[in-house]
Amino acid sequence: MSVRHALLALLSEGPKYGLQLREEFEARTGEVWPLNVGQVYTTLQRLERDGLVESDDDDDGDAGPQKGFRITPGGATELAHWLRTPPDLASPPRDELVMKVLVALRIPGTDVREVIQVHRRYLVQLMQQWTRIKEAEAESDLSLGLVVDAELFRLDAVIRWLDAAEGRLKRAAADPPPPASMALPRLRRRVGTRS
Amino acid sequence: MTVLELRDVSKAYGQGAARVEALHEVSLTVAAGGMVAVMGPSGSGKSTLLTIAGSLEEPSTGEVLIDGAPLSRMSRNDKARLRRRTVGYVFQDFNLLPGLTVAENVALPLELDGMGARKARRAAEQALDGLGLRDRASRFPSELSGGERQRVAIARAVVGDRRLLLADEPSGALDSVNAEAVMRLIHEACKRGVAAVVVTHDAQLASWADRVVFLRDGRVVDQTAPLPGPESLLTPGQTP
Repeated sequence: MSVRHALLALLSEGPKYGLQLREEFEARTGEVWPLNVGQVYTTLQRLERDGLVESDDDDDGDAGPQKGFRITPGGATELAHWLRTPPDLASPPRDELVMKVLVALRIPGTDVREVIQVHRRYLVQLMQQWTRIKEAEAESDLSLGLVVDAELFRLDAVIRWLDAAEGRLKRAAADPPPPASMALPRLRRRVGTRS
Repeated sequence: MTVLELRDVSKAYGQGAARVEALHEVSLTVAAGGMVAVMGPSGSGKSTLLTIAGSLEEPSTGEVLIDGAPLSRMSRNDKARLRRRTVGYVFQDFNLLPGLTVAENVALPLELDGMGARKARRAAEQALDGLGLRDRASRFPSELSGGERQRVAIARAVVGDRRLLLADEPSGALDSVNAEAVMRLIHEACKRGVAAVVVTHDAQLASWADRVVFLRDGRVVDQTAPLPGPESLLTPGQTP
């Protein structure tokens, strides 16, 4: 999440104070991503330095709570550009859970299905907690509802991968494939891993 | 108060070399107001567990108790009455009777149990009301969307004074919005005191349950810990 662009988005509605920006940021993200005041002012200073926002009193360097900020035309252009720039989803992230399952396969005597189940249980428990939030509040709070859905779909995808992995292991146990050594380095060469 | 209890329930089909054990010493307790999800891949024994819990099938060994009464000591008639009065079923493919209206479908278990048509109709309308389906009462199932049909099936499963709701992939045929609506309804029925068992392979549905039991090759291999409060997710350590 880019705090920089979130602040630009809030300022695109009109001039605001630093504290107000923090409160609105948290409210709009369903209070799932807390932000401290220091982060807000540091980011605002950088935005001002880059000419993307202006403050009320440019002569006074003191960024007090009553100092107002507004977006510049350059800031608006930057915001529009950011909204339409896809995040990097092309290269697979270095997924720790995938690594753990791959490593578990190679350690003699490890029950990989048990390892998978430990993670599955943890993920389902997390989903239960998100679902409670959805049940309690998400109907009345659009931002929170969107955030909770995103988390549920993300965790669900990981569980589906674990299910698929378990199915694959079961099939492989019944009909063992030829030993595939060095699967990781080959994969990395093929698709490239984000560093 | 315990509504459903499975004690070391095993179920095997076939004999000798063809013998397949669908369930192996499964124990499970569901209290009034409790919602338990049973998760597992296909072939793990989920549906067998549900049919045995609902007295549609008998276990090979072990015991099922509903409201403390062991099913093994009940006559066929007793079990049939139990299925009409106490247990409600929800299936993936809704299982509504196409020739009956929505209200008639919902009233059917009550009428089969000997309740007068008018009284049964009133109870059905009440159940439909609770699920926002009153205006659909005179329609036929074919005139409803999939989501509406499943809501009717839930109304039928909770109509009257049913205490145990058994659901087999209740939202398997629905899109995510309708699937969520169905799970909300089951969850709300539990808040009113119904005990529910939902079998599913879908984690989003299972996450509505208070407890998730993991079934694999007919055995309970794991279950979730009791739920902490939601605040554990909303305060990720960073103080403003």
